[in-house]
Amino acid sequence: MAKVELKNVRKTYGNGAEAVKGVDMTIKHGEFIVYVGPSGCGKSTLLRMIAGLESVTEGDVLIDDTLINGVTPAERDVAMVFQNYALYPHMTVRGNMSYGLKNRGMNKKDIAGKVDEAAKMLRIFDFLDRQPHELSGGQRQRVAMGRAIVREPKVFLFDEPLSNLDAKLRVQMRIEIKRLQRRMDVTSIYVTHDQTEAMTLADRLAVINDGQIEQMGAPIELYNNPSTLFVASFIGSPQINLLPVHFDGHYLNTGNVQLNGFSNLPESTDLVLGIRPDDLRIDNNGALSLRVDLVEQHGADNLIYGEALGCGSSVENEPMEICLKAGQELIPDLETELSLAFDTNKAMIFERESGKRLV
Amino acid sequence: MKRVQFQHSSIPYLFVAPQIIIIFVFFLWPAAQAIYQSFLLEDAFGLSSQFVWFRNYTDTILSASWLQAAGFTMVFSAIVTFLSLSIALLLAVKANQVIQGARTYKTTLMWAYAIAPPVAGLMGNLMFNPLIGDLYKFLNSIGWDFDHKLDSFDASFVVILIAVWKQVSVNFIFFLSGLQGIPNSVSEAAMMDCKSPIRRFWTITFPLLAPTTFFLMVINITYAFFETFGIIDTTTRGAPGGATNTLVFKVFQDGFRGADLGGSSAQSVVLMLIVLALTIVQFRFIERKVHY
Amino acid sequence: MKNINWSLVSTHVILIIGVIFMSLPVWVAFATSTHSAENIIRNGLQFWPGTDFLKTYNEVLFVEGGVMKAVLGTTMLKNSLILGLGFAIGKVIISMLAAYAIVYFRFRLANFLFWIIFMTLLLPLEVRIIPSFEVVASLGLLDTHTGLIVPLIASATGTFFFRQFFRSVPDELLEAAKLDGATPWGFFIDILVPLSKTMIAAILIIMFVVGWNQYLWPLIMTTKEENYTLVIGIKQIYQVLAEGGELPQYQKAFALTILATLPPVLVVLIFQNWFVKGLVESEK
Repeated sequence: MAKVELKNVRKTYGNGAEAVKGVDMTIKHGEFIVYVGPSGCGKSTLLRMIAGLESVTEGDVLIDDTLINGVTPAERDVAMVFQNYALYPHMTVRGNMSYGLKNRGMNKKDIAGKVDEAAKMLRIFDFLDRQPHELSGGQRQRVAMGRAIVREPKVFLFDEPLSNLDAKLRVQMRIEIKRLQRRMDVTSIYVTHDQTEAMTLADRLAVINDGQIEQMGAPIELYNNPSTLFVASFIGSPQINLLPVHFDGHYLNTGNVQLNGFSNLPESTDLVLGIRPDDLRIDNNGALSLRVDLVEQHGADNLIYGEALGCGSSVENEPMEICLKAGQELIPDLETELSLAFDTNKAMIFERESGKRLV
Repeated sequence: MKRVQFQHSSIPYLFVAPQIIIIFVFFLWPAAQAIYQSFLLEDAFGLSSQFVWFRNYTDTILSASWLQAAGFTMVFSAIVTFLSLSIALLLAVKANQVIQGARTYKTTLMWAYAIAPPVAGLMGNLMFNPLIGDLYKFLNSIGWDFDHKLDSFDASFVVILIAVWKQVSVNFIFFLSGLQGIPNSVSEAAMMDCKSPIRRFWTITFPLLAPTTFFLMVINITYAFFETFGIIDTTTRGAPGGATNTLVFKVFQDGFRGADLGGSSAQSVVLMLIVLALTIVQFRFIERKVHY
Repeated sequence: MKNINWSLVSTHVILIIGVIFMSLPVWVAFATSTHSAENIIRNGLQFWPGTDFLKTYNEVLFVEGGVMKAVLGTTMLKNSLILGLGFAIGKVIISMLAAYAIVYFRFRLANFLFWIIFMTLLLPLEVRIIPSFEVVASLGLLDTHTGLIVPLIASATGTFFFRQFFRSVPDELLEAAKLDGATPWGFFIDILVPLSKTMIAAILIIMFVVGWNQYLWPLIMTTKEENYTLVIGIKQIYQVLAEGGELPQYQKAFALTILATLPPVLVVLIFQNWFVKGLVESEK
């Protein structure tokens, strides 16, 4: 249980490449924080700086108000679960889980007690005497977690731990991790590129882009009120619909289509209108027209994809594709034209250039 | 075996023929000859020979000079193996840790592989030369009454030093490659589990190098048994008094210099059996290597 | 930097000591080879190069009787080259052919022949040295390049190496080739050999060094000086020096060692990556 603080943390590599460009955050004790972002955005680098596996070029990293910049990984009292588990191949499961405790001088009986307890919690008790290569991916994953748990560290660090598992296992493990963390009440930092994992696991979520935090807050907050175009398009599945628009003083124009109900927007700037697929509804008086191209039936819901007729497009000479989320009853034929409307206060307007949200 | 193969009756034989023919003519036939000759005793003029069963074996194997050579060969192999492996391991670990200059270090530590044992032997010989050799003078100046022509310990020292020197490169290459084969994330996990780098090395790195180490041990022992012929032939020649005789050198000496074909062949056969034992050990343990 | 990273410093120190240990002898050999014999005898081994580089090397390489009575340094160089290249190329060809047969064909004696090849591991040269000499002599191959190279090239290491490699080639490749009507020879030449290019390069390099550095076998079966390789020349130098007589020509001895060492070292250095790859792959 610990507080983690990052103050203007930067990471620059020898060749000049800047991976992390000034990150500030305060993580409260017991919080489950998720760093999410595309590949190469710097989220893993940030995590590894907290672990001590990467040096901090500038700025401070503090755990419980103690500066740990120069402290070696083993002395930081943090535990990490790696993407490819990083189990010691030559040791049994028990050996893997005991190693850290042995090095800290705990006596054999206590170690065995803790290992057994964690193993039961993770349902790997029966494998204690096996070696990693005899286990399946999911089992190895749990051993990696067990190794971290027995340490009872101040902070848990997870580096995309579920990426190498199959889809079904991923969902299962996600739930287990959340339950475990809640039960153990340990501050946790979790890195992933999967926005579903991010949304479901996080107490607070940090969307990272190109070495900087775009927005940090509760998941639902980021979903409902993204502060930038990047966050809006990253969070939410299916992805938010984005239409390039211009304001002429009265209406929002995109291609031949005019949209009502907007005011106080800059006039000669490129803007983007964002509206989520589930905020669109069928309405005969609707301003948008969708020509159905593809219907995905997901069971309870259907996703209907198609061209937004008459609308301007973000890509030259290509039709503007949008998506509508509807119930399972709606299964329109291809080429059908659906008339859509939306609530203006659900719509978001962004400045195209800066990505900043205006409305 | 491959799932998909050709089904031709004569072509494979054609492909394999060159190697098999050479093996028969230059490997199996001479080996059979050696075995046969080991049972013979030739008279002084080489005119007639007598079948004497195992007398050559008992005569040679139980002779003081053979036992001396055998003893030296064992000790020599053990020391050379241990020293060249240890030095190479240390260098490989360190070379794996640096980033700047890594490539230069690698290159300069590796190239000695290309030097032939007799060449190394000659260089060493000249460096220990009483007239011009700096090493000779240096050792004498620090109080060691060094004379490798007379003192068997000194002679062994010279031969061992040169043999180790030459072998460090090969071991270095393999150890470095083995170290680089350990996944980064495993090393990082160890960094988080263990404060002391030395402890980390012995509990994680070294065990994971076990397959490489074992493989190298066999290579080194083979090297010490056989390839060091070149070193010995250009330095001590087994002197003084057979103290630095290895079994292989003795085969050569007795056979070509001493013209004792029977005895020399018997020694060859014994050596063959030793190689067989080594090979069995190697293959048995390599199976276990596919562990993790 | 305020804090010196002592562990990094000590790492570099250890490495530098290692480099010195491994390189100093050769450097001293080179430096000494460029001094005159009198200088060496008077002052011992030299650390800095002298002035006789051209003179000495010229004598060793091009002057008859420069090193030994009848043979030029260049002749020995030539013999070493022929041995090194012949051995390497011969080995590659023979091993590839045999490995191909064993891996890609199902034929009756396959297993038996494989074990025969395997047996060669049990029969290093040293163990069959005298009868091998007799066989070669009886075939009239003493003092010939053929007799020098052929008895060495059939050992199992090359075959095992290629066998391993061929086994890792995907089966689908052969299936596709069969559908395209490839004959066994065609598949080998058109597909397998080009695929093996890097492996071939690696083995050629290693085997060149091994062949060049051969000592025992050439020692025994070359009786005439003009067939000596550089490495054998070394041995003869030793004889001459040991027997004494006139002023020992240490500088020539060292020059010869440098010459005997240079080509394989250059090969290893220039083709470093292939060399290491080949060495390490053959472990598996």
